[in-house]
Amino acid sequence: MSASVAFERARSEERAALVGYLPAGYPSVAGAVDVLKAMVDAGVDVVEVGLPYSDPLMDGPVIQTAVEAALRAGANTTDVLRTVEAVAATGTPTLVMSYWNPIDRYGPERFSRDLAAAGGAGVITPDIIPDDAEEWLPVARSQDLDTVFLVAPSSTDKRIALTTEACRGFVYAASTMGVTGTRDQVGDAAADLVARTRKTTALPVAVGLGVSNADQAAEVANFADGVIVGSAFVRCLLDADSPADGVRAAGELAGQLSSGVRRQA
Amino acid sequence: MVSSTRHPQQDSPAGRPGRFGPYGGRYVPEALIAALDELDREYQSAAVDPAFQSELDGLLKSYSGRPTPVTEVARFSAEAASGARVLLKREDLNHTGSHKINNVLGQALLTRRIGKKRVIAETGAGQHGVATATAAALMGLECVIYMGEEDTRRQALNVARMELLGATVVPVSTGSKTLKDAINEALRDWVTNVDTTNYVFGTVAGPHPFPTLVRDLQRIIGVEARQQVLELTGALPDAVAACVGGGSNAIGIFHAFVEDTDVALYGFEAGGDGVASGRHASTISAGSPGVLHGARSYLLQDEFGQTIESHSISAGLDYPGVGPEHSWLSDIGRAVYEPIDDAEAMEAFRLLCRTEGIIPAIESAHALAGARKLGARLGEGAVILVNLSGRGDKDVDTAARWFGLLDSGGAPGSDSGTGDEK
Ligand SMILES: Cc1ncc(COP(=O)(O)O)c(C=O)c1O
Repeated sequence: MSASVAFERARSEERAALVGYLPAGYPSVAGAVDVLKAMVDAGVDVVEVGLPYSDPLMDGPVIQTAVEAALRAGANTTDVLRTVEAVAATGTPTLVMSYWNPIDRYGPERFSRDLAAAGGAGVITPDIIPDDAEEWLPVARSQDLDTVFLVAPSSTDKRIALTTEACRGFVYAASTMGVTGTRDQVGDAAADLVARTRKTTALPVAVGLGVSNADQAAEVANFADGVIVGSAFVRCLLDADSPADGVRAAGELAGQLSSGVRRQA
Repeated sequence: MVSSTRHPQQDSPAGRPGRFGPYGGRYVPEALIAALDELDREYQSAAVDPAFQSELDGLLKSYSGRPTPVTEVARFSAEAASGARVLLKREDLNHTGSHKINNVLGQALLTRRIGKKRVIAETGAGQHGVATATAAALMGLECVIYMGEEDTRRQALNVARMELLGATVVPVSTGSKTLKDAINEALRDWVTNVDTTNYVFGTVAGPHPFPTLVRDLQRIIGVEARQQVLELTGALPDAVAACVGGGSNAIGIFHAFVEDTDVALYGFEAGGDGVASGRHASTISAGSPGVLHGARSYLLQDEFGQTIESHSISAGLDYPGVGPEHSWLSDIGRAVYEPIDDAEAMEAFRLLCRTEGIIPAIESAHALAGARKLGARLGEGAVILVNLSGRGDKDVDTAARWFGLLDSGGAPGSDSGTGDEK
C-alpha cells in the first residue's frame, strides 16, 4: 500500500500526516516493533523503519548512537524486513529508510521483491539522487514500491523538478541544511522549499529534520502535507530506563505530535 | 598542471561525467549536490584559466619545491631488489613531507576562487590534515580537521603540527574512530555549513568531482617522473609502483603512463596482519564493489553491506575504500593491485633507511616492498619507478616501537602501540 493513501486520508481530514521514524533493532528487534506499534496506536500515519548502517552520514549523534547499538547487537537486513512485516500488518503504510550500500549488497531486485512480500510500501533513499538511481528506479517500479527522494533548501528549481519526477508516494523535504537531530526551531527555509516543491508535483510533501514537539508539528502542518519525526522518538528510547518505559514515552510523544498535526497553529 | 584533457577511461559507455566504467558517481544527500556542482564548475573554469594555472605553478615551485627529483637508489637495488634498477620519485621532499600538498594547494586556491573562507578536511595519518592546515595558513582560511580519535593517538605529533599551524583538530569518536568515520563527520559538517565552507578532500575517492579533481592535481607527479626517467635512462620504466590508500599518490604517478601500455602499473595495498587474517586494508585485492563515501568502488564490506574496519600499521593506508578510477583500472587489467603486509613493509622501510639514508613514510614503504617483489619477478636491469609518497619523520615513533628501539615497545608485530590495537 502506497504511503500516499495515508496522506490522502489526512488531507480529507484537513490535517497533515504524521510520519514516524525508528531504526530497526533498537533497543532490540522485537523491542523496536513494540515501540513502532505503540507509535501507530497513538496516531502515527506512516512509518519509516531505518536500516542500521555503519556509515550514516546524514544522521546526527542521536540516531548514530541507536544505530551503532543495533549493529553491535547484530541487527541486519533480514531483521529490517521482519520489522516492516510486523508493522505493516497493522495496516499502516511502512517504508524502509536506507542508505544505498546495504540495498546494493542485498541486491536491489531481491530487496524490492522481499520488501513487497513483507507488505512494505517503499523506500526512502537519503544518499541517492535520481540522476544516479538507475539501479533502483526500474526495480522499485516493477514491485510498485514508493520511491522517496529528498529535496533540500540548496536544491535548484530544476533539481527539485527532476527529483519529484522520480518520487512516488511522497516527497521528503529536508527542513534545513544539516543532519538529523532535534532542533529548537524548524528552519525558515522549510516553508519556501515546500512551496517550490509543490510547483513541480501533485505528490504530498512532508518535512523532516529537526521536528521534535507538538508545537513544531503544528507549525509545519500549516504549510506541509506531512511532518516527519525521527530523532525525538529515538531520544525517548535512549533516555528510557527500560524497554517498557521507552514504549510508553514514544507512544506519548506520538500522541502529542498527532494532536499537533491536527492543531495547525 | 591541472589538466583539462579528458582521459578516455574517465567516461563510461553511457558517457556520464565522474564515472569510471561502473564506478564513481555521486551517492550523496541532495543537500550536497549544489556544492559539488559549484566545485565542479569552478574547477572546470580554473583548469582553462591561465592566471589560476600560473598561480598554482608558482606555489608548487616556490613554496613546495617542485619539481621533486628522481633518485636512483643503487644500494637498495642491489641489496633489496634483486638487481632491478629502482628509481624513487621523491614526493617526500615536498614541503610538509608528502604528495598531499600538491592537491591541497590547488583546492585552497579553488576555495578562494569560490569565495569561501573556511575549509574542512579529514585526515588519517595526519599528512593531509597538515597539508590542509598549511595551505589554510598560507591563504588566511579558517581550518577544521576531522581525525579519528584512534588516529589522534597514534599520530600525536601531526595533531600538534596542525594546531601549531592554527587549525582546529576535532577527534571523531564514532564508529571505528578512524579515517572512515572522520570522513563521515567532515561530510556532516559540510552539509551543515556548505554556504561558508569548502571540503578539501584528501584523496581520489568520494563523490564526483573529487576523484577527477584530486587526480588532476596529483597528475604532476607522473608528468614530471615520466620525463625524468626518460632523461635518466633513455627509455620508459618497465614498471611503476605506488602504495594505495585512497589512491591519490598512485593515480598521480600512474596517470601519465596509462597510455604507455608497455609500462606495468602496480598498486600496493596495506595487507595488515595478512589478507587471510581478515585484518587488512586490501580493498581491491580482497574487497568487493559497493558504495562508500559517495562513490561506487571496491570496499571492505560484510554480506549485508556494512563497512568492515580496516587494519594497517600505516594510518594513511588504513581505509576500507579506494578511489573509483583504481577499481576501473583493475577491472580492465590496466593496473594490478596486490597486498603488502605490515612485516614486509617494515622490512622495506628498514632496508631503505640502511642502504640509502632515506627514511620513508610507512605508507611509501609498502610501495618499496612491492618493488622488491617486482625486482625478483622482472629480474636484473629492469627499471622500476617507485613513488616515494612521503617521508617518515611522522613514523619514527611507530618504527622505533616496531624494531624494539623503545623501552615500552614490544616485539615486532606484537602490541606495538602504534598499529591496529583497538
Ligand atoms: C605519505 C603518504 N602516502 C600515501 C598516503 C595514502 O593516500 P593516497 O592513497 O591517497 O595516496 C598517505 C595518506 O595519508 C600518506 O601520508
